[in-house]
This record gives sequence, C-alpha cells and structure tokens, in this order.
Amino acid sequence: MPRLDGGGGMTAGTGPYPQSEAAKAAYDARMARILACARLEQPDRMPVAMQSFFWPATYGGISYKDLMYDYEACKRVCLDAVLDFEPDAVFPLVMGTAAGRALEKLDFKQLQWPGHGVGDMQPFQYLDREYMSAEEYDDFLFDPTGFYIHKYLPRVGGAFEGFDKLPVFPGLHYFRLVAGIRNFALPEVRASFERIVAAAEESAALFGHHVDWTQRVAAAGFPLVNGVNSVSPYDFIADYFRGATGMMKDLYRHRDKLKLVLDKAAVFLTRMTITNAKAANHPIVFIPIHWAPDAFMSPKQFEEFWWPPFRRMMLGLIEADLVPMPLWESDCTKRLEVIKDIPAGKCIYWFERTDMVKAFEVLGDRVALRGNLSPSLLTTGTPDEIDAAVKRLVDEVWRKGGKLILDGAFGIPDETPTPNVRAMFDAARKYAG
Amino acid sequence: MSTDNWTDEERQLVHWLADMNEDDALPLARAMLLERGIDPMRVLDLCRAAMDIVGQRFEEGEYFLPELVLAGEMLDTIGAVAKPLIKAGGGAAATHGRVLIGTVHGDLHDIGKNIVSFMLDINGFEVRDIGIDVPVQKFIDEIKAFKPAVVGLSGFLTLAFDSMKETIAAFDDAGLRKDFKVMVGGGQIDETVRAYTGADAFGVNAVEAVGLCRGWMGVAA
Repeated sequence: MPRLDGGGGMTAGTGPYPQSEAAKAAYDARMARILACARLEQPDRMPVAMQSFFWPATYGGISYKDLMYDYEACKRVCLDAVLDFEPDAVFPLVMGTAAGRALEKLDFKQLQWPGHGVGDMQPFQYLDREYMSAEEYDDFLFDPTGFYIHKYLPRVGGAFEGFDKLPVFPGLHYFRLVAGIRNFALPEVRASFERIVAAAEESAALFGHHVDWTQRVAAAGFPLVNGVNSVSPYDFIADYFRGATGMMKDLYRHRDKLKLVLDKAAVFLTRMTITNAKAANHPIVFIPIHWAPDAFMSPKQFEEFWWPPFRRMMLGLIEADLVPMPLWESDCTKRLEVIKDIPAGKCIYWFERTDMVKAFEVLGDRVALRGNLSPSLLTTGTPDEIDAAVKRLVDEVWRKGGKLILDGAFGIPDETPTPNVRAMFDAARKYAG
Repeated sequence: MSTDNWTDEERQLVHWLADMNEDDALPLARAMLLERGIDPMRVLDLCRAAMDIVGQRFEEGEYFLPELVLAGEMLDTIGAVAKPLIKAGGGAAATHGRVLIGTVHGDLHDIGKNIVSFMLDINGFEVRDIGIDVPVQKFIDEIKAFKPAVVGLSGFLTLAFDSMKETIAAFDDAGLRKDFKVMVGGGQIDETVRAYTGADAFGVNAVEAVGLCRGWMGVAA
C-alpha cells in the first residue's frame, strides 16, 4: 500500500490493462502530489480532485437511473470524465453510484433511488428514520452483532427478513447447540438466505465492476483519491440508527448510554476501516461528516459527544498508516480550534461551506485542505465566475503556502454544466500549475 | 404574558421547560392539568412563555437544534394532555400572520423545514407546513386556500435550485406572486441561489427565517 511517507510503492493494480511508462509516471506523480499535500510538503502544483455522484450522467448524457443500473454505461461515462478532465485523483465513481441492482436485491429500505422511489433523473436520497429505538441501547451495547442479526438487518433490508427467527447464539452449547440451530430450517429463514445469496452475487458483480474501472483509470495514469469510506461514531449512530431528531433528544435523555455506544462504535469502526483500507491497498480514507456543523449543536455538546470518539478514531487510523480525509459539511468555522487537535501532516480536511481562508489561517500548519467551490456557483454560475473563485482560493490559500487540493464544496454537483467543470480544471492549471 | 401574577408553581414550570428539565416539567404540567384542574389555556400560555425563552436562547447562541427538538416534543406532550380539556368556544390566539412552508418537489428532506416551522410557530406566526416533495400545483392550491403573507420554500439538494425557480415562476404565472413574500432556505442556499430562483430573500437558519417574517409583517423583535 502506498504510505504517507512515500514508501510502499505508488502504483495500484491495473489488472489486465497495460500501463505505459508515461501513464505510470503520471500516476506516481499524481499520487505523490496528493500525499505531499497531506504531509504538508510542497507539491509541484496544486492538485485537483474529482468527486461526484450523478454528475458523470449529466456529463455523459445518460439518465441517473442508467448510472445506477447499467454497469457498462456507468463505467464508460465515468472513465470518459476522468480522461477528459485529467484530475490528480478521483473518487471511486462507479462504486459510489452503480449499486441499483444490488440495492434492489437487498430490498434496501434506507434509501430511495432513481428507478426506486424517485424519478429517473433524481439523485438517491437517504430516509432519515429511527432504525433503533432509545430502549434498544442496552441490547446494542451488550451484543452489537446479535442486535444487527435479529433487529437491525431485518429493518434495513428486506432480504434479511427471517433473521429475527435465528437463534440467539451466545449460550448455545453441547446439546443446546444441536437443538438451537433448528430454526435454520424454517421456510422464512431459508428464503432469507436465498435472497441474501442473490444480493451478494450482485454485490460481487458491482465490486467486480468497481475494480475493473479503477484498474482502467490506474492504467491510464489516474489514482483514486480515497480507497475506502468511513463514518464518524456520532454520525454512524445518528444517521443509521437513531435518526437525526432521536439522536438530538438522546443528548438529554440517554447521555450516558449514548457515550458508551459512541465509544464502542469508535472501536469497531476503526477496525473495520483499517481492514477495508488494507484490502483496497490505499491509504486515504474519505469520511463525510454530517453532524459537526456550528449550527447543529453547542460547542459544549460538540466537545463532549461528537469530537472525542471521532478524534480517537482518527488517531487509530493514523497509527495504522492511513490518512483520514473528513469532509466537514456545512459551516464548521466555530469548530476549527477544536478539530485542530490532531498530529500535523497526517490528515486532509475537506471543507464545504467553512471559509477556506479562515480554515487555512487556523489549520494551515496542521492539515492539508480540500475544496471548496460553492455548489450554487458551479451549477448556476458562469465559467468566468468559476475562474475568479478558483483564483481567489489560489491567491488566498495556495500561494500563501496552504496545501490545497482543489475541488467543489462536496465535489461536482449533479447538475453542473460541463463548461463550468472545465473552467474549474482550466483555472487550477492556469493559476497554480 | 406578564410574569407578575405567576404562582411559584407556574414559575417553576416555565423554568423547568426552558431549562430542558423534562423529567420534572412534564409531571408538574400533568399534575396541574389533571389533578389540580388548572385552566388548560393557562398552562398552554405558560408553555408559550417557556418557548419564548427557548427561542431567545436559540437566537443568542446558547441553544441549538437539540434544544429546539426537545422543547418541541415537550410542548406536544403537554398539548396532548391540555387540548382535550379546553372547553369549546375558546377563541384561537391572535397571530402575527400566516406562513406557508414546504420542501420543493424532488427533495425529501425535512429536518431544517421542521425547525423553521417550529421557530415561526413559537414566535407567534400561524404556520401551515405542507410537507416534502411538494408539487408546484399543490403550493398554488394551498396558497389560494391559506392566503399566507409569506411562503417558505425549503430544499437540501442542489436539484432544489431548479425546483424553487420553477415553483416561484408558477406563482408568477398564476398571478399570485404580488400577494406574498417568498423566502428560500436549506443546505446550499445562498444569495446566488436566491437571485437564480427569484425569491425575495434567503436565510441560513431558523432565526433568519423568523427575522425575515418579522420584517415583512412589521413585527417588533
């Protein structure tokens, strides 16, 4: 795996795709550029990253639904976009969108997506609900795996319906084990396993297309900007278990149990992320952050609930030679002094609406920065306005020594006109290499 | 509401509610309503006084979303006990004016919209919340029926920019646009989006939404 210190080799696998010497050199130079930023060293030019979900469909003239369901069309438009704009690093675009068939076979309940709940030209949208009640904290704390099997999985995926009939494993022994497994023979449990195998086969197909695509872009000279994604402990529980408002009430009603759950989640999320990053052979971990913004909770609540388990998690990832890359969504200006408490030269902080100049002032000697052209500008502005916005970031951050990776505030918004994307990449090369 | 004639118990209820002391406030409110037979309108007035404090603390940056959510739930819990006890014939409280709010079509998000609705409500506006993914025609039908002074369009996704623009253009086409002000808000909304959609104003949070409505309706802060 490429390491932050430059060791470990740069080039990812290209599978059956031949890589020219020039493409290998370009790949290595691009990866080195990103890692130099993360180390707070000066790269040869300001890198530009490409991240999006549905914009490749806009670019390639296919529907959002096709992007999610047609593996070959998805890979084609995503590859075309990379070859056209030549980013220094690219999000795993296919893995991020082409999950329609796998989601359908799983009968996934937490999302509505084009072809399944929203229109063919609308992005997928997460359904904020309570997937674990406040009364279930104790169950989760005692045995997270058991809670997943019997309660959580059947709630979030129809394919798992039937798992609630599975035996409770801890305690089964000797002849109890013989008698205890009989529910595996129940028709609803058998049906569930058959559905899961079908979903897993589709998931394996999706993963195969993801690998195929990343091998192709690597062969062409383009590294991934991150190998895996992860989640902060607070966001994991808030988004995927308690729901946004349930979690807010828990800050008052179940504060002690919530802290115990966050501590536990920090441990297993760190382990899972390290395992996945090693398998992906990539050191950078993308972590979208939803519940940190200034407006969402008080500074005291942030420092008491949100930050400590996430900081521990980041330190665990750093210890494992990984590079955490949180995307601090919305405006996190008031959090900057707190989130500065992390070893220097180990992380990339991506900001959405936080003023990048302010972020540079506070964090410039601590972390690399990524972002942050405004989504409204990218979608409704003119190429000249985008050129000016890039110039401002170059003048105010990059030229003053900020290790900036240019990108949109959360990547390229789905509806962005192609000339505006071109303006972003052209301006980066014009003003900063 | 004047605080001069509050009993100690009433003062206690207001403070516990405003301080997020749910464990003490809810049993006290229940006892006042169900055991001591205190006028339910009086209890609801006390709740409103507590919510005024909550809103003020939110505006001053002491409270954030968790406190608004918890306050809203405490209010709902007490309201559910009090409202069946209210004798028929009680007049509705006077409000500063009407605000219609909804998330534009294509967007399913509602957390921000709900917070804005709650803040407008506790600040004395009559709010009709028409939900998420609201088609243009539904906005128009609801506007004709409700006759709001302000229409709030909410959206979290970038697709909402075009949905807002289309919705506001439809107000024009229906000849309704001059009858109310339009404010937009949500995750990515800024001045660029306001200009793009043709809205009268935008806000980045619930306090700004309240400020806009106060300004338009001539209500002192």
